[in-house]
Amino acid sequence: MLRLAPALAIGILLGPVAFGILATLIPAFGYLPSLGAFEVSTRYFAEVWATPGIVQSALLSLSTGLVTTAVALLVVFLFVAGWHGTPAFLRMQHFLSPLLSVPHAAAAFGLAFLIAPSGQIMRLLSPWATGSTRPPDLLILQDPLGLSMMAGLIVKEIPFLLLVTLAALPQASVARSGQIAGALGYGRMSGFLFTSWPAIYRQIRLAVFAVIAYATSVVDVAIILGPSTPSTLAVRLTQWMNDPDLALRLTASAGALVQLGLTLLAIALWIAAEWIGRLVRLSLERRGKRLARDQWLRGTALAATVLAGLAVFAGLAILAIWSVAGFWSFPDALPRNFTLDTWSRALPSIGRPLSITITTALAAVFAATALALACLELEARTGRTGGSRALWFVYLPLIVPQVSFVFGLQLFFLNIGLDATWLALAFVHLVFVLPYVFLSLSDPWRAWDQRYASIAYGLGATPNRTFWRVRLPMLLKPALAASAVGFAVSIGQYLPTVLIGAGRLPTITTEAVALASGGDRRVIGVYAFLQMVLPFIGFALATMIPAFLFRNRRDMGTAA
Amino acid sequence: MSALIYDGVRIALNGRTLLDIQANVEAGQTLTIMGPSGSGKSSLLAYTGGFLGPAFEASGAILLNGQDVTQLPAYRRHTGILFQDPLLFPHMSVGGNLIFAVPQSIRGAERDERVAQALAHAELPDFADRDPATLSGGQKARVALMRVLLAEPKALLLDEPFSKLDSGLRDQVRSFVFAEAKRQNLPTVLVTHDEADAEAAGGQVIALG
Repeated sequence: MLRLAPALAIGILLGPVAFGILATLIPAFGYLPSLGAFEVSTRYFAEVWATPGIVQSALLSLSTGLVTTAVALLVVFLFVAGWHGTPAFLRMQHFLSPLLSVPHAAAAFGLAFLIAPSGQIMRLLSPWATGSTRPPDLLILQDPLGLSMMAGLIVKEIPFLLLVTLAALPQASVARSGQIAGALGYGRMSGFLFTSWPAIYRQIRLAVFAVIAYATSVVDVAIILGPSTPSTLAVRLTQWMNDPDLALRLTASAGALVQLGLTLLAIALWIAAEWIGRLVRLSLERRGKRLARDQWLRGTALAATVLAGLAVFAGLAILAIWSVAGFWSFPDALPRNFTLDTWSRALPSIGRPLSITITTALAAVFAATALALACLELEARTGRTGGSRALWFVYLPLIVPQVSFVFGLQLFFLNIGLDATWLALAFVHLVFVLPYVFLSLSDPWRAWDQRYASIAYGLGATPNRTFWRVRLPMLLKPALAASAVGFAVSIGQYLPTVLIGAGRLPTITTEAVALASGGDRRVIGVYAFLQMVLPFIGFALATMIPAFLFRNRRDMGTAA
Repeated sequence: MSALIYDGVRIALNGRTLLDIQANVEAGQTLTIMGPSGSGKSSLLAYTGGFLGPAFEASGAILLNGQDVTQLPAYRRHTGILFQDPLLFPHMSVGGNLIFAVPQSIRGAERDERVAQALAHAELPDFADRDPATLSGGQKARVALMRVLLAEPKALLLDEPFSKLDSGLRDQVRSFVFAEAKRQNLPTVLVTHDEADAEAAGGQVIALG
């Protein structure tokens, strides 16, 4: 059984992507028998091309992907370069870690409530600073350049890239290299750039590609914060895919391939930029640039990181307040009264989305955790790792845009009669949950002292007994933490849920995003609050269960 | 017939031979492998215990009480091992660590009885419910030894088990371990870089590197 685990995991990571793209490719060229389309042609690509504003949509997607990734990575680089090994660094790590579990849509709503013309910042500035008792007539949200959408993505990708970078730090012996460079007169940041960054970047590169892919094709954040005249390519594709006019599905398939090409183009442009960045670094190195006066830059880096974190936290707080707000007029900083009316009005319709959200997440997380454990256990028993190729498989579903293959999967499920079923939904969630669970679990699992297993074997315990009685209990904390990460990922899934559920399997996230156009801040507050509270409950349980089980075992608090 | 026989055991890493050993260890006797760190001396214990990493190339036979165990998986060899650290399972109580080692063929109240005897023998009565983290270094070392012995091993493997103890404690734990190995009539393989260990073991010594 255990021997089959890696093949099964690779099948789950690779199969849906490959199959989904294939199932998009065929209708894109006009072949979709269930719609009576048999004629092979390129006319659907021509239709995509002829859609008004399509080039503008594509350019918006491209620029969003590149700008978001560049800014988020720059902030993370400057912050790590300037502050690694300091107490401030550790504090920021604790401050930003919880943000990873906040679904993108909730963070985007929070930011919207913060920066909108009638949002919290304007309320706090009015009327004393703005001189106005009415919201200014500014197009802040959904601006045509997509700046607020980029901001919403950047504040969410900074914690992600920071945590990925943190995981890569221990292998790079950053402190020692920094001291040596410092002794040679290099600044803290330039020393880090020259000695540690190349090795760290190599390790986080796939995660950076995943951010590019995500930001070029994101749908939920783009609906909430992005422009609508025109929207991003992925948003328009999603509209076509859900259009009652079934003929549009052929055009949508062609568009999904255009999206795939666009994301690949963004990654190609990024690789070109990497190459230029490398030349600049080498040139600075060769000229022995010390760049020692970096105090101002360190300060800027810290400020930018704090600002990004604060924006999300403040946004979430505002969401919570709106969900219990009574009468609240502009420019009051707080509602005049608090009420549970919104909650009691929303409650009757929350039950079904909530139970679909939780059962889907639990099923996907259980399967993903079991698979990841099986793969890692097999690796420990045989002493053979999948190597760097395995990492590509793990990242594959994160690097191929969701909209480019999930639509194909929807057509596939439709053909085998499993469309809009809970089973199909849980399976597709598994595809996206598995990479995160595996990535979270593999480091602590591999860091475990293998001598414990040698001792158990020497005592005559079988490998299975050793796994269940020694290894799994000792690694329960990271295993549950990885499950909590997976749970948060499942809660946050928007596009796969909308496409696979075909509107018949609502979750908290799809309901929240659907409310975006209505603009009822109180109801949005309720759903977005639930969106952030569910992952939080997951993490709380993942911390409390081991703490309770091992409350009388001092070393279990620190071990692994 | 010796209790533990290394018949032409050769271990190499990346084409470099680390050790090449022909040795017989009688029951109750100790074979000491001396060598600096990096000489690959611990790889002999890993090969004996059945947990040598795939990077090593090893050949030659290991016979335990006349049985060739070279191809047996680690958990069927019954070679108890002590490392530098006591490595008590941190999620179990002291008693839990010990009862985990008692062979499954022993059932019921007899299991608890064995654990109680072992604790009494290690002069740690009433320690069954304790958290291993609250024990002193010497106490942990004794529990680790008792855990190995409760599993009724056919041989004892010692991987520098005294090197991390401070000098006063070291002599005490060392004599306890060797006395127990002798009492249980176990063939023992000791890997160390400390001359005093070799002297205390008092058997054949093979120097590496």
